[in-house]
Amino acid sequence: MDWLAENWDLLLRATGQHVVLVALALLAALALALALGVAVRHRPTLSALISAVSGVLYTIPSLALFAILVPIVGLGVPTAVIGLTTYAFLILTRNVSAGFRQVPGAVIDAASGMGMSAGRILWTVELPLAAPVIVGGLRVAATTTISAATIAAYINAGGLGSIILTGIAQAFIVKIALGALVAALLAIATDLSLARLEGRLRARFAGA
Amino acid sequence: MIGQAIALVLARPGEFLDALLTHVALSAAALAVAIALAVPAGLLLSRRAAAALLTINAANVAKTVPSLAVLALMLPILGTGFLPALVALILLALPSILINTVGAIVRVDADVVGAATAMGMTPRQIARRIELPLAVPVVFAGIRTAAVEVVASATLASFIGGGGLGDFITAGIAMSEMSQLLVGAVPVALLTVATELGFATLQRELTPRGLRVAA
Repeated sequence: MDWLAENWDLLLRATGQHVVLVALALLAALALALALGVAVRHRPTLSALISAVSGVLYTIPSLALFAILVPIVGLGVPTAVIGLTTYAFLILTRNVSAGFRQVPGAVIDAASGMGMSAGRILWTVELPLAAPVIVGGLRVAATTTISAATIAAYINAGGLGSIILTGIAQAFIVKIALGALVAALLAIATDLSLARLEGRLRARFAGA
Repeated sequence: MIGQAIALVLARPGEFLDALLTHVALSAAALAVAIALAVPAGLLLSRRAAAALLTINAANVAKTVPSLAVLALMLPILGTGFLPALVALILLALPSILINTVGAIVRVDADVVGAATAMGMTPRQIARRIELPLAVPVVFAGIRTAAVEVVASATLASFIGGGGLGDFITAGIAMSEMSQLLVGAVPVALLTVATELGFATLQRELTPRGLRVAA
């Protein structure tokens, strides 16, 4: 614990870097997944195909994905953000499609019968009804990205992985354990708060 | 660069095959042990509602621990090499299998079991002919998730000297030799994709005909 007393700023900085990496990737992925989801929401075959392909691509290990990106983009933060965004996108795009798919057709018909424009239906009917499923995807994407971001340290992107990896190199258990613990706590805390948001969204639109 | 990578494999085919075999052996052994532990444990824990709920919640929390962290934590306890990597991969595989095994049994429709009881089936018959066939596809879905996680995380075994295809990636980064990097990364990507597709096919075969949904 002496290490922590002397190096708490190091751990704090690594945590900050970790959060920034994950937040950038999640925001970019959410924007991309929503754009794609909105574009294909009324084309079930295409949307099913996209879900199937992303489910398979998602299995590629993060270290392998980073390694494939390194020759193209080089080492560092941009490569890590591209890799993490790819992961989060592959998860989110499936949930965005699933979210839109479970909006009852009758509700959309009713809205358009009331004279609502397509844009207004999307904004006031489809998106709110799809929101709980999309946030459910965000939960999985967030925990996966937090975990994958520890690997990003290996391609010089910093974050909590750098504490774990230097711990391995120095065979120093305190660093390994602290890096692992903070990463795990970050994942659990994020998951719990998104779960709460998901529950609240579900409760609000349960009557629909 | 891809040409160089292929040339690298052809120049040292033994080294590549060794790494591939270690990767597959490590993954297969970890998955086998995890199934042997988690399926019986899951069946046992699913018998009591409180235990089932606790297991699912605990396993969900355990799933969020980053795989690098699990592998790294083996280092001070078990040192470096194949064994610590194996233990870490077993630990990573357990939650998915546990969640699905407990969930599979808990979620078997009470009406179906009721109907079977009304038809005069004994508890043993119900377990063997109703609960098991209905639960198998769900349990197997958990095994499939675990298999993909294990094959993917086995890439990280290289960090604690466990070998496998990750060795080429770590060596490639250390020496900034891009072709070496691809020798590890591309086969590992293909291996995980093949695992996912292979287990998906198996899962479909294990699903009773009446329950299959057109994919």
